[in-house]
Amino acid sequence: MVPLGYEYMWKAMWVSALVGAVCAFLSAYLMLKGWSLMGDALGHSIVPGVAAAYIIGAPFAVGAFFAGILASLGMAFVKQHSRLREDAIIGLVFTTLFALGLLMASLWPTSVSIQTIVLGNILAIPDEDATQVAVIAVVSFAVMAFIWKDLMVTFFDETHAKSIGINTRLLKIVFFTLLSACTVAALQTVGACLVIAMVVTPGATAYLLTDRFGLLVLIAIAFGALTSFVGAYLSYFVDGATGGVIVTLQTVLFLIAFYFAPKHGVLAARRKRQAVVEAAAETRAGAAA
Amino acid sequence: MGALDLLSRDEAPVREASITVRDLSVTYPNGFTAVRDASFSLGPGTICALVGVNGSGKSTIFKAIMGFVKPSAGEVRLCGLPVDQAVGDNIVAYVPQSEDVDWNFPVLVETVVMMGRYGHMNFLRVPSRTDRRKVDEALERVGMSAYRKRQIGELSGGQKKRVFLARALAQEGRIILLDEPFTGIDVTTEAAIIDLLRDLRASGHLMLVSTHNLGTVPDYCDQVVLLNRTVLAAGPTEKVFTPKNLERTFGGVLRNFELGGRELHDDDDARKVTVITDDERPLVFYGDAPPQKHDRDRPE
Repeated sequence: MVPLGYEYMWKAMWVSALVGAVCAFLSAYLMLKGWSLMGDALGHSIVPGVAAAYIIGAPFAVGAFFAGILASLGMAFVKQHSRLREDAIIGLVFTTLFALGLLMASLWPTSVSIQTIVLGNILAIPDEDATQVAVIAVVSFAVMAFIWKDLMVTFFDETHAKSIGINTRLLKIVFFTLLSACTVAALQTVGACLVIAMVVTPGATAYLLTDRFGLLVLIAIAFGALTSFVGAYLSYFVDGATGGVIVTLQTVLFLIAFYFAPKHGVLAARRKRQAVVEAAAETRAGAAA
Repeated sequence: MGALDLLSRDEAPVREASITVRDLSVTYPNGFTAVRDASFSLGPGTICALVGVNGSGKSTIFKAIMGFVKPSAGEVRLCGLPVDQAVGDNIVAYVPQSEDVDWNFPVLVETVVMMGRYGHMNFLRVPSRTDRRKVDEALERVGMSAYRKRQIGELSGGQKKRVFLARALAQEGRIILLDEPFTGIDVTTEAAIIDLLRDLRASGHLMLVSTHNLGTVPDYCDQVVLLNRTVLAAGPTEKVFTPKNLERTFGGVLRNFELGGRELHDDDDARKVTVITDDERPLVFYGDAPPQKHDRDRPE
């Protein structure tokens, strides 16, 4: 239990758990709508903003915010002035911005570390950055706790949501704003490349385990928080790569669910097929007798 | 005091269901006028078919009734109220088309029905005992109580429709809009749902059904609104749902066969037979008489 003696370890573990929890909350919705890759696009697009913020000494969240706006404006502009499909546009814009971020980091290597941005470095996070991440995570979580049911209706049956007076457009804007904010937070814990896992894997895992949306959200949050907390702790022993450890843990949970989930797992499907075959054989035997 | 008092406290005063559409025109922001000068009115205890080709303005009428689009001229009133107020009072319930719902969504049947109660709850949407009771009653009424713990996508087409009707009941909407309720549903199930609609009609609900299924319209709809970018005809089914009006509504789009009386068969029945179909259930006229109900709907 060596690392628990250090205060920075506790800080890293708690901040990671917070970010893991709120990203998992969002993942429950994101993977259902087929928007999973948006998380990837966002994670990469904000890199130049974060790099610029470090170079001029501004809070990284501000830089990320402007880069995010630049990314969405860029996508809207290209969409309007070309006949390219959406996935091509997203691919174009986010790689362009990511490349720009890498370029900036390599031109000003003293103020920006490429490794920190791409892989995250929660163990060495400065206090003011940790505060920003914690505030983003807590506020986002609180907002989600208020709107989670309305979001569920909106994503399940938007017409009904509107017909009972829910402002679905505002809700979606809030959702994507939270997603961007949490992507920025997750950048600090797991890095730009693995942000996508944080906003997809916990929800996808929970989806295999339950058909109850409320329970799905709880399971996802528990998985997200737990893997991030434990992952940050374990990363001390493997010297740094927190993102890699957290996402590996999430993947392990996913694989377990994928095979052993009681209803939607691979084994359950096999059992069901077997039961059908056996029942058919029995009927045939019964008919022959 | 006592139990009776408790029961009646949460019952809102029930307004008589009605839809009044007066000189309604809807022009979308891109300049397209989907509906012009449409007028019709419907009262309580009614099932009305909304019939027209694709693009005739059926969904625009639905949107105007739910307040999703603002009239550029004219007005819609529901139970005598302006649309926004009626929507706020949960007067309008909507049963979606099958394609518009994500059936893989991880929600249970009872959760879907509970969504009908959301408009009655505070913004945190915490269900009260009343909300739970209304959900139980609604599920019971459509005969889906046994399926309440199933994931919504595991049900058959007809069962799904019944669950969404239960949601409308739980919402206590006096006006129920049904969007293509019979698409992809077999005949037996269709009959069961029609029975349910009749049952709701008997309890004073007003149902507006958008449908391409012309053949069954005379079976269960007492009113018809024929639409082609405006209201061509509206009124009782026997008067409005005639070959002549349908021809005007559909132009050349429908398949229309006429089979001569005496040439077809040599007996006392000299009427010609007209078959009109929009690729779903065909509509059959005998002679020039008003459309007939099928035998299974006659009393006895």
